[in-house]
Amino acid sequence: MTSQVKTRRRPVAVDPVPWWLKVFGGLVVAFFILPTLFVIPMSFSSATTFQFPPPGFSWRLYENFFTNPVWLDSLGNSFLVASLTALLATTVGTAAAVALSRLDGKAARFARTVLMVPIVAPSIVVAVAVYISFLGWRLTGTVGGYVLAHTAIAVPYVLVSVTGALGGFDQRLLKASASLGASPLRSFVRVTMPLISRGILTGAIFAFIVSFDEVVIALFLRSPLFQTMPVQMYNSVTVEIDPTISAASSLMVLAVTIIFILPQLLRGRAGRRQERRP
Amino acid sequence: MTRQTTVEATGSRLGTGLGTEIRLEGVTKDYGLAAPAVDDISLTIEPGEFMTLLGPSGSGKTTTLNLIAGFETLTEGTISLDGADVSAVPPHRRNLGMLFQNYALFPHMTVAQNVAYPLRERKVPKPEIARKVAEVLELVQLTGRDDTHPSRLSGGQQQRVALARAIVFEPKALLLDEPLGALDRNLRAALQTEIRRIHREVGSTFVFVTHDQEEAMNLADRIALFNNGRIEQVGTPQQLYAAPETLFTARFLGDSNVFELGAVGTGGTVAWEGESWGVDPETVAAHPGVRAAGAIVVRPEDVEVAGSRDAVPVGANAVRASVRDVEYMGSYRTLLLTVGERGLLGRARVSALRGEYAIGDEVVLWWRPRAQRIVAA
Amino acid sequence: MSSNKIRWSGWLPLVPALALLAGVLLVPLGKTFVRSVSNPDLTLANYEHLFTDGVTMTVLGRTALTAATVTVAALLLGYPYAYLMTRVGPRARGILLVVVLIPFWTSVMARNFAWIIILQDGGPVQSAFELIGVHDVVLYGTNAGVTIAMTQVMLPFMVLPLFSTLGSIDRKLLLAARGLGSSPTAAFWKVFWPLSRGGVMAGVMLVFTLSLGFYVTPALLGSPQQSLVAQLLAQRTTLLLDFAAAGALGMVVLVITLVLVAWANKVGGTVSALGVVATGQPKERV
Ligand SMILES: Nc1ncnc2c1ncn2[C@@H]1O[C@H](COP(=O)(O)OP(=O)(O)OP(=O)(O)O)[C@@H](O)[C@H]1O
Ligand SMILES: [Mg+2]
Repeated sequence: MTSQVKTRRRPVAVDPVPWWLKVFGGLVVAFFILPTLFVIPMSFSSATTFQFPPPGFSWRLYENFFTNPVWLDSLGNSFLVASLTALLATTVGTAAAVALSRLDGKAARFARTVLMVPIVAPSIVVAVAVYISFLGWRLTGTVGGYVLAHTAIAVPYVLVSVTGALGGFDQRLLKASASLGASPLRSFVRVTMPLISRGILTGAIFAFIVSFDEVVIALFLRSPLFQTMPVQMYNSVTVEIDPTISAASSLMVLAVTIIFILPQLLRGRAGRRQERRP
Repeated sequence: MTRQTTVEATGSRLGTGLGTEIRLEGVTKDYGLAAPAVDDISLTIEPGEFMTLLGPSGSGKTTTLNLIAGFETLTEGTISLDGADVSAVPPHRRNLGMLFQNYALFPHMTVAQNVAYPLRERKVPKPEIARKVAEVLELVQLTGRDDTHPSRLSGGQQQRVALARAIVFEPKALLLDEPLGALDRNLRAALQTEIRRIHREVGSTFVFVTHDQEEAMNLADRIALFNNGRIEQVGTPQQLYAAPETLFTARFLGDSNVFELGAVGTGGTVAWEGESWGVDPETVAAHPGVRAAGAIVVRPEDVEVAGSRDAVPVGANAVRASVRDVEYMGSYRTLLLTVGERGLLGRARVSALRGEYAIGDEVVLWWRPRAQRIVAA
Repeated sequence: MSSNKIRWSGWLPLVPALALLAGVLLVPLGKTFVRSVSNPDLTLANYEHLFTDGVTMTVLGRTALTAATVTVAALLLGYPYAYLMTRVGPRARGILLVVVLIPFWTSVMARNFAWIIILQDGGPVQSAFELIGVHDVVLYGTNAGVTIAMTQVMLPFMVLPLFSTLGSIDRKLLLAARGLGSSPTAAFWKVFWPLSRGGVMAGVMLVFTLSLGFYVTPALLGSPQQSLVAQLLAQRTTLLLDFAAAGALGMVVLVITLVLVAWANKVGGTVSALGVVATGQPKERV
């Protein structure tokens, strides 16, 4: 025991990280997260403008957010569209990822690239094209129109996260499953799905966020009768100058942060629990 | 041709008793490469037989097994189980158990859940599942590990679970693709014994793929020796060892002294490097190729060593050699020899009682024509 | 025959995804293209106008310049940050990684609204400049403000490809160069920088390409007189209802983007980097 204590010396850094680099890293971190945090004090402002710093404290903006039917309806619409999008994109994207993991060759690679296009195509171009077509198909301003458009741009995220999960999946298990009498569909349900559930869940969360947060296409598809929350937020800065947006923004920042930090914290705790095991 | 295997009837309720006949006719699988992976194979595996597919890497064993299992589609030919053509039946309806080299256990299920998997797929009632799982785990000596996850088991234990899972639903036959390949030597030997025992107890047809000739010899009722997508020879281990038809078979199974000849004539003697050797017609392979080109194969244990030609009995075939090296193996020695004028490498296994040899000794090798085998080159 | 059947059934699960994509994206884009070249006869007039109307080219140039500025800024901030990520312990690295992803995943509107507050007349940036004696700095409504806000969102696309490249460089090479007598600076430029160029290339291409298509940020933070190409496209669609002209411009933007992405993909596996950014699964963890 004593010898162990003796030999445990502070390691001398041969190749230290320079202090100024750490400071620089800190500044970049601040640039990443601080600006967005400005919306939080704003959300407790008593002002009726975007004045900063806020002149006084008040819950008025939250009150307004949770009582004003315009905000509440747009929040409800966003939830509806995002949930349906997550459902559809996860189903369709998981099927595609599983199929692609078993195919190879030029055609399969091409199909994968095509499915990734929505992630790289500028959303404004997509929005304009979708808008013009959906006008003709009478899909603008409908839940179906939003869900279809959002699903198309959410599928790549599901594809990537499920493909990632499938990377660690042993395809030979499917052979085993078939030899034990399970049809391909049963094998998928009993073997593939449980083993890639994390990737599917991640994909579903991403699909939800992508849709929930989508502005550009939503701006084009909106109608007076149906608009989502990001569109209402957009209106509140461009048309209405309604500071309720800061309450809405704070809630969204909070929600996304929780979604992101939570798995990290859970994983950290699970990791520590495992370390404690002898 | 085919040997009838005796199936020991045992009390196990798992056993199907008889097993299934697997018949391959003109089976071909072409991936579009230079040569077909499996090229016009015909083979009948008897009910309850332990058949081993043996051959070097890339010779088409796994492909053949996958064709039987239904994981690959036939390019040509038919495969039938008990006379019924299954070429168009998908793998999950063929009712064949399969064992993989990497075990392929479901990591998210416990041992018991893994073993119950095929029974649940067949909608077996719960109490019966529990009974059968317990029974088969006892058979593979894993009682009490039901709730363990496979990752917590050793390689050997994992393969036992996979074995239990593959036989619990009483498949028509069990297909094993190098199931012991990932295990160390001792464990391999132990599991070989166990697989033999289980084969006896369940009495179903086993098709076992390996590239290890020793494993094939230990386990098999019959061996189908693969080479370049074709079957070189089918027979019991003894037949393949003692009466190879081709040089490939002779070389693949055990050590041998090989003297390559030109065409094998119909006369009573053959010539090799000026020596004239007697031929026993019974030892000439029936293989048609032997007429075009042949080789004499003599196993090291069938070779005798003499000090000079005077000591060679009349009627024996002899050749001059010198000792290159001596391996001491307990009661016998293996002499590594330089044989004939061109210095062919030879081997002889001699009893230590016959005296010792030193490197550089000039000797004469001899053997009776009955001990040699003339095969197609 | 049966082998063909199996081959086709393997593609079956792809059909819904491809059909959806075709219906929602490819068909509309195709129709947009057709409309842009027919009026009603085959014509390239809509494309010629882009060059001659005196506005489009100016806006395209301004957009490219903005994108280039964002790219340089992201590289200057992202390179040291990515380097730092490779040098700290796993826990700190995890935190730095989450921090990178947060702006990408925070609500677009919340982020842009925050920038409005910060950059507006009387906002904190102006106050900060007052402190050091510089008066009346209002970045709201300027291209500079747009650039700053865009840099923040684009940083992950620079940092993550760089992180994966820098992480794979053997640091012993650097120490070896030091051992051979190079100064730390010289060792960096002669050894580390050349080895990191693949990641730099991927990051640069990615950030530049994605920056070309920004709509919300310039629309909210910029000025209509200084509009970028996305704004022009929106304007022609919804205000002027000139679908043919808008389609032509949209096609040009799309083609430029796809060509750049395809090229970048050849250079540095950009599309996969994009997936990494999107889902926060850097290679390291997979
Ligand atoms: N899916 C495939 N596509 C193309 N060629 C294949 C495929 N599977 C096998 N082959 C080829 O077919 C030949 C036979 O392969 P197979 O796996 O059956 O050999 P094997 O006898 O099992 O060898 P090993 O002892 O190495 O497992 C090889 O040349 C192999 O490269
Ligand atoms: Mg094999």
